[in-house]
Amino acid sequence: MDLLKYTLRIADSSIILGQRLSSWCSKGPTLEEDIALSNLSLDLFGQANSLLEYASELDGTKSADDFAFKRNEREFYNLQLTEQLNGHFGDTIVRHFFFSVYSFLFYSKLSNSKDETLAAIAAKSLKEIKYHLTHSKSWVIRLGDGTEESNKRIQKSLNDLWQFTGEFFEMDDIDQKMYKEGIGVNNSSLKSEWDKIVNTTLKESNLIRPEDGHMQSGSKNGMHTEHLGHLLSEMQFLPRAYPDAEW
Amino acid sequence: MTGNSNIWEVFIQSKNGLAHKHAGNVHADDKEMALQNARDLYTRRNEGSCIWVVKSEHIVSSESEDGEAFFDPSNDKMYRHPTFYTMPDGSKHI
Repeated sequence: MDLLKYTLRIADSSIILGQRLSSWCSKGPTLEEDIALSNLSLDLFGQANSLLEYASELDGTKSADDFAFKRNEREFYNLQLTEQLNGHFGDTIVRHFFFSVYSFLFYSKLSNSKDETLAAIAAKSLKEIKYHLTHSKSWVIRLGDGTEESNKRIQKSLNDLWQFTGEFFEMDDIDQKMYKEGIGVNNSSLKSEWDKIVNTTLKESNLIRPEDGHMQSGSKNGMHTEHLGHLLSEMQFLPRAYPDAEW
Repeated sequence: MTGNSNIWEVFIQSKNGLAHKHAGNVHADDKEMALQNARDLYTRRNEGSCIWVVKSEHIVSSESEDGEAFFDPSNDKMYRHPTFYTMPDGSKHI
């Protein structure tokens, strides 16, 4: 079931980044930004929900909740960037900026998919992601072009997270097949646009684009950094401890 | 930013053609942030189709001590209300 795995990959990045962002709730730098981050998180959960419902339909036996709460680390296919720690506010902003630029380009293409469900979910998500991009981009500029201290710290966030941006553009056998069938997106074709948006923003922010060095990879086959397991143990605790719990 | 950020007043237009109504205020350091914060705080439940933000310091308000001079003189001028006309039978929505 290539389509199932393809759908899960998209869903997993949304749910994992949504879960990460949700832990800013009540800890945001200001009341306004606290609510903004929670809004972004809820958008991602909504997208994940639609995608996991579709995965459940494709699978035929597992429910969307089963997919969210009863898979182990190696069965998650989210981009490794999305599981990285929140760190300080600048780390979270850079992570979100990288992801939003990619997501914006990805969903723009996916909204033309021959698969009507994916196309519809992509079109709806695209509206939300446009705001994610606007919001995170304006913060990158504000912090980069802010004080000497904020510039130094966000430049470090940029350098630290850069190694996770290579995964956006990978194409494995499933991606190739989905692309050929007119369902999926040619990820490698997104790179030039991604570079353009990122370069322009960094220039405006007085930030230096890191060199493309070694890029992390492996999430397409369920390989993750050390952080995902801890995130899942918290996210999945309740449904696993009380399997039939209702709330 | 908490120490010195500005306060902005937020006005939301609920539908095209209606007047913008004061909804509350937000903290923000620049106009872009003010607009985004207003969007995130005041239009989460489908309240708006347009947002205005204005720095609170740019709003000129009447002072309460001027209340007498400003508002009392209109108290006894009933003739300023258009209530002394005879309405034709059958006229509605006036």
